[in-house]
Amino acid sequence: MKEIVVISGKGGTGKTSLTASFAMLGGNEVVVADCDVDAADMHLLMQPVVKTEEDFFSGYTAEINSEKCIKCGRCAAICRFDAIDIAESGYEISAINCEGCGYCARICPVEAITMVEENVGKLYISATKASNVMVHARLKSGADNSGKLVARVKKEAKQIAEETGKAWIIVDGSPGIGCPVVSSLSGADFVVLVTEPSVSGLHDLKRVYELVNRFHIPAGCIINKADINPDVARQILVYLQENKITHLSDLPYDETFTAAMTIGQTIVEYDTGRLAELLSASWIKIKQILSKEQT
Amino acid sequence: MKIAIASGKGGTGKTTLSTNLAMYLAEQYPVVLIDLDVEEPNSGLFIHGMLIHQQDMFKMIPEWDKAACTLCGKCQEVCNYHSVMKLGSMVMVFPELCHSCHACSELCPAQALPMQAVKMGELKQYETGKLSFVESRLDIGQEQAVPLIANTLDYVEKNFATNYLKLYDAPPGTSCPVIKATQEADLVILITEPTPFGLHDLKLAIETMRELHKDFVAVVNRFGIGNNEVFHYCESESIQVLAKLPNDRRIAELYSKGELVYPQHQEFAEQLKVIAQYITRMQERHL
Repeated sequence: MKEIVVISGKGGTGKTSLTASFAMLGGNEVVVADCDVDAADMHLLMQPVVKTEEDFFSGYTAEINSEKCIKCGRCAAICRFDAIDIAESGYEISAINCEGCGYCARICPVEAITMVEENVGKLYISATKASNVMVHARLKSGADNSGKLVARVKKEAKQIAEETGKAWIIVDGSPGIGCPVVSSLSGADFVVLVTEPSVSGLHDLKRVYELVNRFHIPAGCIINKADINPDVARQILVYLQENKITHLSDLPYDETFTAAMTIGQTIVEYDTGRLAELLSASWIKIKQILSKEQT
Repeated sequence: MKIAIASGKGGTGKTTLSTNLAMYLAEQYPVVLIDLDVEEPNSGLFIHGMLIHQQDMFKMIPEWDKAACTLCGKCQEVCNYHSVMKLGSMVMVFPELCHSCHACSELCPAQALPMQAVKMGELKQYETGKLSFVESRLDIGQEQAVPLIANTLDYVEKNFATNYLKLYDAPPGTSCPVIKATQEADLVILITEPTPFGLHDLKLAIETMRELHKDFVAVVNRFGIGNNEVFHYCESESIQVLAKLPNDRRIAELYSKGELVYPQHQEFAEQLKVIAQYITRMQERHL
């Protein structure tokens, strides 16, 4: 079983549309994991039917018992996150600011503060229209710990793939270079970088690849909207060569991406022409690279 | 006055709107644009000014003092992030897990875990005309954006008078980095696109803004693609759609080259003007 993670650094490069197309092409050979838990969109293309769901708890939030509180102010003095509001009428904890470190609860002389485990979201296991199993999640707005939820989604996907003997796990990663991305990358066998030939696209590609490289994961790159700026597209190709990143495909600037999404379809369902061909070829190429590695 | 430009979904035009708006408004009064997307800061690719200040940014991490340590294990017990661990006869600190709460350091009976400043990123300040531009970038390998965002906001508070209009280019998503970046804003502009992804993520962003009790308005980018659902939704929720930025391949081309759009695209400039006027009226009431 091999795990393929699709990331982009920059948002809006077509990452989710491409990941969903690979999920469609992979069919019942794959388990899909949507690890962009902050703004999970893949379900809009895969129309999953939820089989099981559960609450996901992670981290803590401080709660204060105003009857016990003697307003000594020690909690607010040590809190590094401005989470304790010491009004005369009573102390209050801002759940949004609280990082759950528990320092306040430990030093409160009258034990007025308790740490409560936080329900940060929901985890779903579903069946998609492409006959794959999909693990996805919904992070509560403003919740912390998205890195941990990502790790949990991946763990579930891996377990299902092992138990049912699936060959591939396809992961839709999160944007940026922070904790959710690091969680998305851990344990991956191959990374697909989706970029676009814009100054921002190239800039973000370089930063996110630097992170990928630290994990020593082999990578391939799809340049979306490749014809929008031929100069930057060439710069990307040079960068790929210098860093031994496989150039998987160039896709044209094409509003088909939006048209397909608008009716809830993946690109390979909507388009039967050039785009679908390019995506099928990319998927085969990725599988070949990973099969070679095995031998 | 402080205005944050945010979106649930990435790639909907936060940076395009932030940079164009900042340059346009700075033709009239002092503006500071702050790029708070510290994981992937892009605004600097569009704003070309003179570098006037540069500094390393630090976060506080405990450092084990072997000689002072009595191996009592209190540090491990109080750390909720498993970032400090007693292993045999040593204590290990995992800086990437640390949230800088100081609990281990201050509750250590032997003062064996003093907090040390560790570099997490870099801040740069540029100037061009009436526009100041502040950018922070997180070092690769650092996992937490929030401390850098918080320190950057502190820097801006200390260095810019209240007559400045402060524009924050926020990170994407709905979790902790966005909360930090929008928490102090007087108004949040949510930029989206008229597609199912755009609408879905706009709803999440609105939920977050409502939880934070923020005033917000919407701007729809790439108007003309997708469908009308975003507009129906905003109407049913009584959310003001401030402007509609056109969908045009030429805008994507200008963006790809790192160029500002409004000096070269009339329809875009007209819509930008509507947003600018709204902000200027707010700014005048505010001062």
